[in-house]
Amino acid sequence: MKPSRFAYHDPRTVPEALALLHELGDDAKVLAGGQSLMPMLNLRLARPEALIDINQIDALDEIALDEGTLRFGALIRHVMLERSPWTAQGWPIIPAALRHVAHPQIRNRGTVLGSVAHADPAAEMPVVLTALDARFEVRSVAGTREIVAADFFRSQMTTALEPTELLIACTVPALPPNTGCGFHEFARRHGDFALGGAAVVLTLAPDGTCADVRITLLGAGAVPVRAREAEAALRGHRLGDAAAEIARIAVGGIEPIAATVEEQRYRRRVVGVMCARSLESAQLAAEEAMQ
Amino acid sequence: MKRTITVRINGQPFTRDVEVRTLLSDFIRHDARLTGTHVGCEHGACGACTIQVDGVPMRSCLLLAVQAEGREIRTVEALAEERPDGTLHPLQQAFHEKHGLQCGFCTPGFLMSLEPLYDADEIPTSDEGVREAIAGSLCRCTGYEQIVEAVQLAASRRAAERD
Repeated sequence: MKPSRFAYHDPRTVPEALALLHELGDDAKVLAGGQSLMPMLNLRLARPEALIDINQIDALDEIALDEGTLRFGALIRHVMLERSPWTAQGWPIIPAALRHVAHPQIRNRGTVLGSVAHADPAAEMPVVLTALDARFEVRSVAGTREIVAADFFRSQMTTALEPTELLIACTVPALPPNTGCGFHEFARRHGDFALGGAAVVLTLAPDGTCADVRITLLGAGAVPVRAREAEAALRGHRLGDAAAEIARIAVGGIEPIAATVEEQRYRRRVVGVMCARSLESAQLAAEEAMQ
Repeated sequence: MKRTITVRINGQPFTRDVEVRTLLSDFIRHDARLTGTHVGCEHGACGACTIQVDGVPMRSCLLLAVQAEGREIRTVEALAEERPDGTLHPLQQAFHEKHGLQCGFCTPGFLMSLEPLYDADEIPTSDEGVREAIAGSLCRCTGYEQIVEAVQLAASRRAAERD
């Protein structure tokens, strides 16, 4: 199928784009990488009256490391973060998760912040950026505001973005010393949407116990789920061989999106196994960081 | 809404007046009459429409023709076109020898995705590595065995070139 008719705008600057969003609001969709939006247009699952193509806005094509903090703009493609020496060094969970995002051809064009704005419940980047306590810079003609990842994802395909707002950039804070990350997901075929997964960021105290941990679950519900009860259970203790137990607490109340009760039970189990593996990977990585 | 655009494909400019909703895949096939690029699913999953934009493999069904202005588009026709005396590109040759295609519908997508890896001498050689590298293209005919063998053959020849 082909897209239905739309008006097409390709602004050159952010103010131009914001003016268009202000004028068109709900009638327009922002086109960045297009790897989620174009399939919807082609299948006519979406029929916006106008497209605002932001690919010509140079100001959005920036990535910078500033005193240990990573900041990247709306046009940074998945492949750029996948291959960046900065993420490899400072946030290895990002390239680890990106290897699971679709396929290289998709990652060459799709944008990380496009995935965030799209907020598919099976997407990896919303989960990883939530685990990293990332902050999103959102702008409209009315001004700029910053939204932390924990507050950004409201429901499936629904975020805190207003129709007149543009997601401009993301800031990822530096990880503390003695921190390790783990990311695991399960999909039937490489590149398929995940059935379940988990992102863990674990910081060790000098005595080898867990000083801090962030556990975010993929496929646990409509949005990335922070497993705060499980985090509290681990803090102050050594992980040892308690990964399965911590994971059990993490997935206790989750309700994965599923067609049947059996499928939901299966997905809950998958998320639990991925969570346990991610805890163990993060623990190993943190121990290595400590040496 | 229409726009007059010039899209460079395989080094040649094509100037056409198109509806803005025209997909790049359709522009390539209908407006530029280059039918080597195939349309399988039109939602990015099958990979048959994969072309290169400034040397980088992307799905042409997920790009608008108007977005291709100012970019160098490369399609499967370029592989043999650019070679002297009618020989095939080493990837095409390997696919031919190992029967890496039957109907050939998926093949251009595989070739366009593999070419940059071939040029950079970065084609994986292990079975698992090759399968991961080609995971972005679906084939309904071969069962992938011969495609993997073709890729491994091309990789070994490329390695021999290096030495």
